[in-house]
Amino acid sequence: MKTVCLYFQVHQPWRLKKYRFFNMGKDHNYLDDLLNRSIMQKVARQCYLPMNALLLKLIKENKGKFRCSFSITGIAIEQFRAYAPEVLESFRALAETGCVEFLAETYSHSLAALASKEDFTAQVKLHMAAVKKEFGVKPTAFRNTELIYSDEIGEMVAGMGFRTMLAEGAKHVLGWKSPNYVYANAIDQKLRLLLRNYKLSDDIAFRFSDKGWDQWPLTADKYAAWLASEETPGDVINLFMDYETFGEHQTADTGIFEFMRALPKALLAKKNGLEFATVSEAAKKYQPVSVLHCPHTMSWADEERDVTAWLGNELQNEAFSKLYAQKDKVAALKSADFDYVWSFLQTSDHFYYMATKWLSDGDVHSYFNPYDSAYDAFINYMNVLSDFIIELDKAVAAKAAKSKKK
Amino acid sequence: MFGWEFPPHIAGGLGTACYGMTRGLARNDVDVTFVMPHAYGDEDQRFTRVVNASDVEALYGSTGSGADDILQKMSFIHIDSNMVPYISPEEYASYHEEFVKSGERVWSTSDVWKQRYTFSGKYGANLMEEVARYAVVAAQVAKELEGQFDVIHAHDWLTYFAGIAAKRVSGKPLVVHMHATEFDRSGENINTQTYAIERAGMHAADRVIAVSNLTRNIVINRYGVPAERVVTVHNAVRFAENSGAAPERGVDDKIITFLGRITYQKGPDYFVEAAAKVLKRVPNVRFVMAGSGDMMNHVIRRVARLGIADRFHFTGFLRGEDVHKMFQLSDVYVMPSVSEPFGISPLEAMRSNVPVIISKQSGVAEVLDYAVKVDYWDVDALADAMYSLITYPALANMFSSKGLEEVTNLKWNDAAAKIKAVYEAAIAENKNDNQ
Repeated sequence: MKTVCLYFQVHQPWRLKKYRFFNMGKDHNYLDDLLNRSIMQKVARQCYLPMNALLLKLIKENKGKFRCSFSITGIAIEQFRAYAPEVLESFRALAETGCVEFLAETYSHSLAALASKEDFTAQVKLHMAAVKKEFGVKPTAFRNTELIYSDEIGEMVAGMGFRTMLAEGAKHVLGWKSPNYVYANAIDQKLRLLLRNYKLSDDIAFRFSDKGWDQWPLTADKYAAWLASEETPGDVINLFMDYETFGEHQTADTGIFEFMRALPKALLAKKNGLEFATVSEAAKKYQPVSVLHCPHTMSWADEERDVTAWLGNELQNEAFSKLYAQKDKVAALKSADFDYVWSFLQTSDHFYYMATKWLSDGDVHSYFNPYDSAYDAFINYMNVLSDFIIELDKAVAAKAAKSKKK
Repeated sequence: MFGWEFPPHIAGGLGTACYGMTRGLARNDVDVTFVMPHAYGDEDQRFTRVVNASDVEALYGSTGSGADDILQKMSFIHIDSNMVPYISPEEYASYHEEFVKSGERVWSTSDVWKQRYTFSGKYGANLMEEVARYAVVAAQVAKELEGQFDVIHAHDWLTYFAGIAAKRVSGKPLVVHMHATEFDRSGENINTQTYAIERAGMHAADRVIAVSNLTRNIVINRYGVPAERVVTVHNAVRFAENSGAAPERGVDDKIITFLGRITYQKGPDYFVEAAAKVLKRVPNVRFVMAGSGDMMNHVIRRVARLGIADRFHFTGFLRGEDVHKMFQLSDVYVMPSVSEPFGISPLEAMRSNVPVIISKQSGVAEVLDYAVKVDYWDVDALADAMYSLITYPALANMFSSKGLEEVTNLKWNDAAAKIKAVYEAAIAENKNDNQ
């Protein structure tokens, strides 16, 4: 019996408005409210709501045999609250079925794991609290932003008490090994790793509607046969993808919803010997076959499967280092207003927009990208960050003056 | 006069200069028929049109009081053309290519910072063709206006063929005005076609006006124009009444500004390097680079690598009121041009009471005493000057008050009087030759 582990990533960044030098010092509203609202409501209409309804129906029909996992970033939750509360409701309904697991991750979909342990821990704690509040569950498995993983990051995650973590089944890390087994972190072997089967995941996420693909059109039966076949050996097949795949990246007219509607039945057919499990269930069920050595950071992004999409050029490095240099001041200030801005400025998407490596993955980079160029993205981000730093310094100075008086 | 669109339809100082100059000439009792390219697109098939002076005035806003008598001395003719000042043959080609590909009649770059170019199928396929086409129309204009003018004045190489054609048709003397040479725009790697047109224009001309002695030397030495035919007339600045109160400052820090096209010619690199040096010493200063250009991305990367991006800001292309606002927000204005035939922007900064640092390689350095002058390549000296002007208020005050006085005395009336003298000399010589 092979286990199929479906995991969906839900995220929308707070997009910044056009913030000019002339705004600095006067205007501290950094967000493009109209753009954020219209994108959120569009994606809710085309993806979140119909897909959640479909999953709920599938769970009920299959009486607990269909199971899947989610991670929803804190920033996405904030936007649901603001613009689409009915989406939150539908996720709660999924949570109540007991067939859906919610994972922990960084609150802001941030790169904090690459900044420092303190930043990382703070972000994860924040997210855990948000998940507990919204869905009433305490996550036990972890997925880092964009599946960014290394031995050290795994060790930090294990240190926070998690027993399961997701990572990319990257070819340059796995070598001849298969992603379809449970592995263990090289430093702390108590942490089990589920590795994404990028080929089978991307068959749905990227290639589903590609008419130039020799396997098009993809049907649920064909896909189930691939999973069941001896060509796909192993214990657990990890299909990890963006939730926006359904209805957004693959629009409704491609037949993606019909595909998903038919998938559980096709997979669960007796002859296939397949079952569904959530992330933690799958990791518990199988013993790790080996430790996975991953000294260098990897991710699920782009052909390179590394972090160069976010920290690959001097613009991104500069913005990143200037941002995290503010950490101590923000922490010392303990102001809800500053914490809020601090949180959304960390979102990895801001850095993604500054990427200059637009080759094979340009399409994905330009998706929902509000900027004309990496340079525009950088200028705008730095203007916002500069204003934030000015206000932060003022607030820190005011607080210091106050405490002196006392 | 073959000139260029008036403000705010400008890509740089050329339109501003034409505007000030024609007003000055009008005050000196010179009647000006102003011929300029103006892209109308496909909707109108006439090549030329006479434009009402009041319509032209409307293009740049309010008619100042007492200006009406001046406008009576001017008439305007538009030639339908998509030429814009400062465009290079390579740029023109890329825009044209874009037009052919997209088939769109009006094409504006996706980059909001950049100018909008109107494109239509009837314009030349490359810039050289368009320059030639413009000359043909210009000859027609000159024929129609026969007897109504005494001298032809052409600005910048794009209109030189037009000037030559008008001279051939009418037999009137030609004055060409060198605002920038190909050597200023491209360094030593000149476009030889452009050079050839500039050279042809100047050799065909009865007089060449250079905007500075710097430019005059280039004209004499590199284009082989006889020295006695080349006259320097420095540009001036139009003293517009400063519009009301200064904009509220958002930040407390001192602001040091670079405003201009971000191209090799303007020396943006040196500004960045000097900024990094200053920021090592003083924390409470910010740098602003306003403008756009082919070196912009390069400069942004350099700023990021130097790690000063939180104190070095880019505004993109500014126009109209924003330019004025930017000057008013500035504590120091810097023009580190590698090569600048004149450079009118420091004068505008000084008019806003801002002390300026200019490179010795700019023409404007010849007319200014109250400006800090450094070699463009001397980053240490530039950083030193920036530091001094923001750290010692006495120095900054001296430069801004004396500078304002100085710049107030640079009047287009005086410059126009010199130009009028050039006209008269050319006309007299032309008559002698014809006799």
